[in-house]
Amino acid sequence: MSTRIETRFKACATEGRAALVTFVTAGDPDFDTSLALLKALPAAGADIIEFGVPFTDPMADGPAIQAAGLRALAAGQTLAKTLAMVKTFREGDNTTPVVLMGYYNPVYVYGVERFLNDAKAAGVDGLVVVDLPPEEDEELCLPALAAGLDFIRLATPTTDDKRLPAVLKHTAGFVYYVSITGITGMAQADPTAVGTAVTRIKRHTALPVAVGFGVKTPESAAAIAANADGVVVGSALIDALRATLDSENRATPATLPAVTDLVGRLADAVRGVRRQAAE
Amino acid sequence: MNAPNSFRTGPDDNGHFGLFGGRFVAETLMPLILDLETAYNEAKADPAYKAEMDAGLKHYVGRPSPLYYAERLTEHLRAGAAPGMGAKIYFKREELNHTGSHKVNNVLGQILLARRMGKKRIIAETGAGQHGVATATLCARYGLECVVYMGAVDVARQAPNVFRMKMLGASVVPVQSGSKTLKDAMNEALRDWVTNVSDTFYCIGTVAGPHPYPAMVRDFQSIIGTETREQMLEMEGRLPDSLIACIGGGSNAMGLFHPFLDDPSVRIFGVEAAGHGIPSGQHAASLTGGRPGVLHGNRTYLLMDGDGQIAEAHSISAGLDYPGIGPEHSWLHDTGRATYISATDDEALAAFQLVAKLEGIIPALEPAHALAKVADLAPTLPEDHLMVVNLSGRGDKDIPQVADILGTSL
Ligand SMILES: Cc1ncc(COP(=O)(O)O)c(C=O)c1O
Repeated sequence: MSTRIETRFKACATEGRAALVTFVTAGDPDFDTSLALLKALPAAGADIIEFGVPFTDPMADGPAIQAAGLRALAAGQTLAKTLAMVKTFREGDNTTPVVLMGYYNPVYVYGVERFLNDAKAAGVDGLVVVDLPPEEDEELCLPALAAGLDFIRLATPTTDDKRLPAVLKHTAGFVYYVSITGITGMAQADPTAVGTAVTRIKRHTALPVAVGFGVKTPESAAAIAANADGVVVGSALIDALRATLDSENRATPATLPAVTDLVGRLADAVRGVRRQAAE
Repeated sequence: MNAPNSFRTGPDDNGHFGLFGGRFVAETLMPLILDLETAYNEAKADPAYKAEMDAGLKHYVGRPSPLYYAERLTEHLRAGAAPGMGAKIYFKREELNHTGSHKVNNVLGQILLARRMGKKRIIAETGAGQHGVATATLCARYGLECVVYMGAVDVARQAPNVFRMKMLGASVVPVQSGSKTLKDAMNEALRDWVTNVSDTFYCIGTVAGPHPYPAMVRDFQSIIGTETREQMLEMEGRLPDSLIACIGGGSNAMGLFHPFLDDPSVRIFGVEAAGHGIPSGQHAASLTGGRPGVLHGNRTYLLMDGDGQIAEAHSISAGLDYPGIGPEHSWLHDTGRATYISATDDEALAAFQLVAKLEGIIPALEPAHALAKVADLAPTLPEDHLMVVNLSGRGDKDIPQVADILGTSL
């Protein structure tokens, strides 16, 4: 049986284009707005949804995602609520893959086994956990794979050819290539360097490769889409969301449309780029 | 848990001390910490590196630091004790090191390593500023660029050290994120490191972070315990009966404890910061009030809520104001080899003043926490009990803050 992630990447490849992967933080700026946004993303053009699990100390994230996490926590978001949101989302959408992205501590404290059961039951498809390199595979990666959840590994510019096989070994679903050395939302990815890196990774794996961390605009999304199976956009969506909040960080009527509009423009840009059909 | 044969063999190859430690870092950093581990292992085996360390410790840092019999403090505490009671108290005088604390022992080791690795840019996090000052100092000494991350709250309460770092040519970056204290400074330093991977060496200031830092920093700080052992044998003809040190991340404590871990007759006490008191919830006592979790590259006891969100620590002392603790301490706690207790802000402040008046030594607020517990423990122990407290730093940096608390305007 193929997974939602496989099916979606195949469908995009058949259309001769990259997938648009959108990142928003669960519970930002509040539970209801965030749930409405989650539900609105597929129609707006998101092919795959990365749902950020807020954490107080997100050491790989820049100011935009740091602030989004703190807004969500201030509004009372918890891991249990994030799982509940995915569950509600799944009642109306059984095809769009949802990947939870965050840091290990909230999962560890929730309890790995309990988390995997609840995530699977909620309809989560995969996990990206920034602070679990292959050296710590026994913590969550191997149990997740056993539970039928994809563990999506990050590969970075510092992951050389010698290390790449170890990084790819237990990766499932897709490979997330971090296009810059740095934190989210800061530097712009260089499309040429990204193209070279994606080619390099593809020599080692048959999995789709999605590229993220330095993609901000429809133009840069298009440039990356020419060379990758997926393009991840996060901080730019969060910036768009934040710009609509009132002085007390509450959602306004402009919040949802601001994010879905940008998702729409990103989707158009990504869809406008034909690529050689990925194998 | 079964007691291991030796408490001194850890960590294992993956950096684990039992359940604790490990390498919980982003993939970008993983190749860097593997490089660091290789470079450190090579350096350890190189007599030239050891010779450079020894010379630096002697001529630049000013080691060995004295082991000093604190006679008046001992007598003062005996006066309030039952007849025959009142331990004999020794200070390990780390405050006499160049830059005024134990932090320089570790920084010297790391900076010499950075030089071997060809790194030109050094970053560090700091709480009280002592680690930042030590790092800025050695960067000045060796002509390296130095960037120190410091929580904005700590920048305000440790102003003398901020000025010192600037004088030494470092740039100090006030960190505005999160609780604006040590943990946030560490986040920001890690963010810098992921961004500047090729030329930058991250000089961590305590026995925390991903493997190999906890073991490496411990090795550099173990000079404290190694000297104490020799000095005590020379002065008293036997080992001490107990050791006591304050714990922020736990480096001065681990440095004193480690050489004695396999001497069962030596009792070991770590003192965490109890802030306004453990029941108040406003403290920095990770072992007393926390649970195992994962932060800053390792698994250890952390202060956090039920959702795994890290709590803000509180302590009068910027150097102890951290919601975690080095993983080896978590392991020593769980195995029962060391006992962890805590001292409140008020107790530390009282000990700060007491030791200044009785011994003519103004301790930093950090070791004042250990001194506060010496005042509790010593009277319960017999007169022939030899107790060593690590006087990890001097109090000059705390003068403006303490004056302010005591209502004196400078
Ligand atoms: C004098 C002094 N002692 C102790 C500490 C706490 O650190 P650690 O527990 O790593 O020794 C600090 C930290 O800033 C310090 O300046």
